[in-house]
Amino acid sequence: MSTVANQQDAVADRADELDSAQSLLKRVVGLQAFWILGVLIVICLFFTVIAGDRFLSTGNFSLISQNVAVWAVLGVGMTFVIITSGIDLSVGSVLVFSSVVAAKVMEAMGGSGIGVAAVGIVAAILSGMAWGVVNGALVAIAKVPALIVTLGTLSVALGLAQVLTGGIDIRSVPSELTDFSAYTKILGIPGLPFVALIVIVLGGILLHKTRFGRYTYAIGSNEEAARRTGIKVSRHLVLVYGLAGTLAGLGALLSLAQYGTTTIAGQSLTNLNVIAAVVIGGTSIFGGYGTIFGTVVGLFIPAVLQSGFVIIGVQPFWQGVAVGSVLIAAVYVDQTRRAAAMRSARSRGLFKRKGSK
Amino acid sequence: MTALLEARAVSRSFGHVRALDRADFDISPGEVVGLIGDNGAGKSTLIKALSGSLELDEGEIYFDGKPVRLSSPRQANDLGIEVVYQDLALAPHLNPVQNVFLGREIPAKGVLGHLGFMDEKEMRRQAAASFRALGATVRSLSSPVGSMSGGQRQGIAIARAIAWADKVVILDEPTAALGVVQTKNVLESVKRVRDKGIAVVFISHSMPHVLEVCDRIQVLRLGRRVATYRGRSTTVETLVGAMTGALDAKDGGA
Repeated sequence: MSTVANQQDAVADRADELDSAQSLLKRVVGLQAFWILGVLIVICLFFTVIAGDRFLSTGNFSLISQNVAVWAVLGVGMTFVIITSGIDLSVGSVLVFSSVVAAKVMEAMGGSGIGVAAVGIVAAILSGMAWGVVNGALVAIAKVPALIVTLGTLSVALGLAQVLTGGIDIRSVPSELTDFSAYTKILGIPGLPFVALIVIVLGGILLHKTRFGRYTYAIGSNEEAARRTGIKVSRHLVLVYGLAGTLAGLGALLSLAQYGTTTIAGQSLTNLNVIAAVVIGGTSIFGGYGTIFGTVVGLFIPAVLQSGFVIIGVQPFWQGVAVGSVLIAAVYVDQTRRAAAMRSARSRGLFKRKGSK
Repeated sequence: MTALLEARAVSRSFGHVRALDRADFDISPGEVVGLIGDNGAGKSTLIKALSGSLELDEGEIYFDGKPVRLSSPRQANDLGIEVVYQDLALAPHLNPVQNVFLGREIPAKGVLGHLGFMDEKEMRRQAAASFRALGATVRSLSSPVGSMSGGQRQGIAIARAIAWADKVVILDEPTAALGVVQTKNVLESVKRVRDKGIAVVFISHSMPHVLEVCDRIQVLRLGRRVATYRGRSTTVETLVGAMTGALDAKDGGA
């Protein structure tokens, strides 16, 4: 950019600042996540009015955050994948496989002690990373559609986990891990949600502040454009799926800590729940657009509904009904709103052009 | 004078279609060369080859008199060659600044830069400056490009190319979707770029625009260069004749 004139910069800078201040407000209001946060608050108010302190208590929200923690870790990776206009159906199975691998390794090492737990963490993360890289390589290099690749690895990872265990859950999890989930509090936050919070913050920084995140958006927005500007699209996709797999591996360990057992049969809907949360949070399934913050809000809606329904004595099965409806409504509202925004911008641009002739 | 960028007898086939058939092309620094031809004449294939997006079957490309093998766009970019494609190749969800710097973000200072953080402020400043230098009207630096009009997007795409190219800018149909005022802006900025000593390849179906800005005009037909004309001493009729084959001239005016 050496060839560009520098005069008038001061004037322009001031104009830019004005521009950015104005549009910050506009951007926040324009975020799907902003409206979904409103929905979440309304839901919380509703349960607070009906159930009072039984709903609105530290204990209850601590419980809700415990339930959200594993999905949140998966959701961060899923947000990256969906922003590239991909999908990862295999996260639940990768979680199961990784937890089986970690449990087997820890069992073989004697089953207790902080060192054993540390090796288990490494095993779970490496196993998840390996699956993620396999997904990414098949999507980016072999060019098989992500839906098919991850549908395949969903089946393969779960099948292998069952082969490894004979289909019977492994229960020998070091007490260090289960204690971390049950008793440890860091800054007043229980262990699992604290780990999830760190992942969310780091994921948000990676997505919104770094070159890696910028390329993730660019690939989802216009893959060909990204390639032409010299972005190594295939490599980036492998890294994105690798990240999702790695986080599924971390999720596996959190899940082991939470339940004290592998959950071979218990993760069959995890992928869909996480995807639903990401999409409710405003991430576009067509790629190019989304936020980590939205995903977090999107995760809390089903969790809060579940907890609220139990407390006010409604069958918790209604949660599924409500979440499904919110999902469709959220995407519908988002699409119409964005289509309207595009139309008005276009016609404004056209109008300007006519005016200046 | 040796040409800055030159293609000698380059060929490329797609299946049975011979898109380029021993085509030649040359351009010197500070020169605007029009590249014209009917649809399917091989213009797009030629510029893809010149910009490293396409491998050639035969023939060679010379840069500054030396043969080069351009096997990736990045290689071409490193030589100072930039292309503005007809479909603009902008990422619609990103804002103008992010688009201008896509793939070439300015790292933040110090350790943060090594961690992949970017200097957003500096990028914003430089992008704003390059839009101004071009006379491009950009409604907002922080709105997604997809929400902007065709003229604004064209301006952003050209500003991006000019910001990075210091040798050759290839413009593929830069005025196709533009109104009168924007067209004038684009043609003005083409001249401004040329005056900086940069070579501009100008591809267009609009003969008046070609005649207005081009120093030389090279005509492609059926994958070959069939004629080269001086910009000033040529008429629309001559160009159309050469494009369609009605007038079989060989290196007519030049």
